[in-house]
Amino acid sequence: MTDAIVAQGLTKTYGAVKALDGIDLRVPEGTVLGLLGPNGAGKTTCVRILTTLLRPDSGSVTVAGIDVLAHPQRVRRSIGLSGQNAAVDEHLTGYENLEMMGRLYQLGRKTARTRAHELLERFELTDAADRPAKTYSGGMRRRLDLAGALVTSPPVIFLDEPTTGLDPRSRLGMWDVIAERVRSGSTLLLTTQYLEEADRLADDILVVDHGRAIAHGTPDQLKRQVGGERLELTVSEADQVPVAEGALKEISGEPPTVDRAARTLSIPVANSTRTLIEVVRRLDAAGIEPAEIGIHRATLDDVFLALTGQEVPK
Amino acid sequence: MTAVVGAFVDGWVVTKRNLIKIKRIPDLLIFSTVQPIMFVLLFAYVFGGAINTPGVNYREYLMAGIFTQTVMFGSGITAIGLADDLQKGIIDRFRSLPMSRAAVLIGRTTSDLLNNVLVLVIMVLCGLLVGWRIHTGVLGAVAGFALMLLFGYAISWVAAVIGLAAKTVEVAQSAGLIWMFPVTFLSNAFITTNTLPDWLQPVADWNPLSAVVLALRDLWGNAPEGLGRGDGFPAEHPLALALIWITGILLVFVPWSIAKYRKTATAS
Repeated sequence: MTDAIVAQGLTKTYGAVKALDGIDLRVPEGTVLGLLGPNGAGKTTCVRILTTLLRPDSGSVTVAGIDVLAHPQRVRRSIGLSGQNAAVDEHLTGYENLEMMGRLYQLGRKTARTRAHELLERFELTDAADRPAKTYSGGMRRRLDLAGALVTSPPVIFLDEPTTGLDPRSRLGMWDVIAERVRSGSTLLLTTQYLEEADRLADDILVVDHGRAIAHGTPDQLKRQVGGERLELTVSEADQVPVAEGALKEISGEPPTVDRAARTLSIPVANSTRTLIEVVRRLDAAGIEPAEIGIHRATLDDVFLALTGQEVPK
Repeated sequence: MTAVVGAFVDGWVVTKRNLIKIKRIPDLLIFSTVQPIMFVLLFAYVFGGAINTPGVNYREYLMAGIFTQTVMFGSGITAIGLADDLQKGIIDRFRSLPMSRAAVLIGRTTSDLLNNVLVLVIMVLCGLLVGWRIHTGVLGAVAGFALMLLFGYAISWVAAVIGLAAKTVEVAQSAGLIWMFPVTFLSNAFITTNTLPDWLQPVADWNPLSAVVLALRDLWGNAPEGLGRGDGFPAEHPLALALIWITGILLVFVPWSIAKYRKTATAS
């Protein structure tokens, strides 16, 4: 399989800050790479370099088989970028925004118009097509911005934190739209602060911190490394702890993690729903009503804690 | 060649985008005309009696100055517009597209030029009301307006460099306009330069704005006589000096702003 995006040894320094400190990455055609990291990890700097907006201090970049540093303008024909802050013109209507993007992607007038209408329909913006974008909700703006990046159906797409700041419903909507693009064969690089998002969309995840890759693997590998999902249980009486401990041990086959002071126990789970039912059934049989019980999904915080032993830098 | 054609084709797409903004927020146009109209009235009626312009009525003398000042300040919008696009990430978007590197700047400066034309129409009507007249002919009139708009266009490119350097609207708003105050007041726009101290007069005479304004007065038949014109080469060949200035400004600031645009990035 050929690689749609290859970057080697990227470095970029702003004054005393090393934004990128030797990043290597490789995205095979038709797959999705998630760049996962906290604010200021260097994700955006990386995207800016890959999309010709910024020159690295050192390193090499190839996108769609073209040397980005030598032929930026040729690369621009093959990529779509949707940035962090929904760069739509708020005074233009949704239709006008897309038509303009089409023209600037060098489509003819007629093609640009047809394409704008198609995209508005696909992104469920037809009703709002003739309203200025400033009247749009956050989710609608993001969809419009993403549509703008897809005007020419580019083979390589870059999405910089596509759902940051969106409410959960709009986030799910964006995920569907993005997943659909991937199914149609585009190569995608997306940055995110949410492990859940990378898990849902990416084939491969690169965890970055301080401009360096600190982990790399499939979502499953990464979650395994972090501990994946955990079932957490809190009981109300101290003498219930040993009973619960026994029950959990039987279910998971290994001793649970126990915090006696907080009366909290946890076990890693693979099939969370089934395990949850099983645990509740056993506790019930033992006459224990848990004060709190639930499934804890691994987050970026857990990844960081597991990989660096530190909290996500604030 | 194709690069140049591409720059103008893409530039026109961006121009249209900017013009839609003027249409959707008409307040912008209204406020960019209120100030010059106010200036016309203030200078014509308040200072008019106190300023002596040999050989020409002060109100007629004044108009070329006010028009040029207005066009120059109008060009300052270029700085604000670019900084706004930069702040909102729109410039990043444009820079990731396979469009000409000059298009955003051409689009911006062109739409500000067209905005200036609209403002100018209103100004001319206002000038005619307070008694200003062109005494030469159609050719002189047209040549004058063309010169003034060309000057404004050149200033837009200066403002473009400022806007790209400023990166935020707030900074662009003051940095884009502040230098224009000394340029307009240290000139022949409102006074005759021979009333200035000896050491200051050459500065005002060689000021590009003075060259444009005096050239306009010549083209429209509003020029003062003798010492009121200033001194030396600028007084004798204002049109030549104005064209030299405009060419010089364009030669420096067009390549400079394009180079800046290539490297500019949204502050993050």
